[in-house]
Amino acid sequence: MSRTTRTIAIAAAAFAAALTPARAASEADFKTAYAAADTAEKEAGALRNQWTTTEAALATARKAAEAGNFDQAVAQAKEAEALARASIFQATSEKEAWKALEIK
Amino acid sequence: MRVRAFFSSALTALWLAALATATAPFAHAADIPDPAADAKAFRDYFVKKFPKLKLDEFVNGPYSMDEDMRRQWEEKEQFPPYEFALEAGKEMFSTPFKNGKSYADCFANGGIGVRQDYPAFDVKEGKVITLELALNRCREANGEAPYSYVKDEMASLTAYMAFTSRGKPFDIKIPDDPRAREAYQEGKRYFYTRRGQLNFSCATCHVQSPGERIRAEILAPGLGILNAMPIYRSEWSGMGTISRRFTTCNSQIRGVPLEPQSDEYRNLEYYLSYMSNGLPISGPGARP
Repeated sequence: MSRTTRTIAIAAAAFAAALTPARAASEADFKTAYAAADTAEKEAGALRNQWTTTEAALATARKAAEAGNFDQAVAQAKEAEALARASIFQATSEKEAWKALEIK
Repeated sequence: MRVRAFFSSALTALWLAALATATAPFAHAADIPDPAADAKAFRDYFVKKFPKLKLDEFVNGPYSMDEDMRRQWEEKEQFPPYEFALEAGKEMFSTPFKNGKSYADCFANGGIGVRQDYPAFDVKEGKVITLELALNRCREANGEAPYSYVKDEMASLTAYMAFTSRGKPFDIKIPDDPRAREAYQEGKRYFYTRRGQLNFSCATCHVQSPGERIRAEILAPGLGILNAMPIYRSEWSGMGTISRRFTTCNSQIRGVPLEPQSDEYRNLEYYLSYMSNGLPISGPGARP
């Protein structure tokens, strides 16, 4: 196979892969993603540091799942998990960091 | 040689022990809150930041920070928007419960002119008792349903009680009790802790940025911030209590508010009120 032919073959394969639709998310995917987000949000709750944006993303995820839109439901659940994890990080780091702001 | 090494090690150990003993009290002292020193530092910070402002003026929040706003407020005070709540609160306060008792039976001096003493630390319970909490406990003890902590009736009642204390300086006491000092320290920690998706602490606005604008609002200084409570806020189109102020602050920075009168909010109120000791009660107030 010449170099040009090989290049064309690789490009064609990449093009075909790009055109192949990604697998649609299923209800099981949503349940897994939602459970992970919910667990993280509960941990943030135990630290008394939940964010309204996490709650909003969880609510949107549930609504999308009820409407059968599992792609959006999974995306929102993952967003919620990321936000919850950020709020946990904030609460943990602030256990000591708050002292830097104190008027002395 | 061995003896020399032994003595050398023993000397080192003694020196380390002495060092540990000498430094231990300092490390311990750093962990023990010193409310009086904190309050002095807090006050000095704001006085230095706003050298032209008279100390008592801090209780007027944003109106003390901006000349134009102050003029608007002075005009507004001729027909204050909290007047209806004040009248309603007076009537509610003097109306007996179904059992014949009244709010006056639950408070020192019949509840008149006592606002400046709240929040107080209850040594029996080991917790901070705010005025709002004390009012609802009074209701419940007399067979009445508690009010919402954030507005309406609670705002009216506290408006009246604040009015009877106008001009009296905040006189918050921290008894010699480790639980009281811990409550104070927890309130301080809450005030300075960043939270919410915007990563703001109470201090971000009310220590670092008083007098600055956040969108259309002028931020109030932390010193004297609770003296005018409860307040009529144009933004709310109604009255709001300290509980309402705390929960909306949390929402505005995209944090889920805690339940009104949670330990955290009670401790925060304790800390902030103590910081304003000596400044006059000016409530009920009005804010943009």
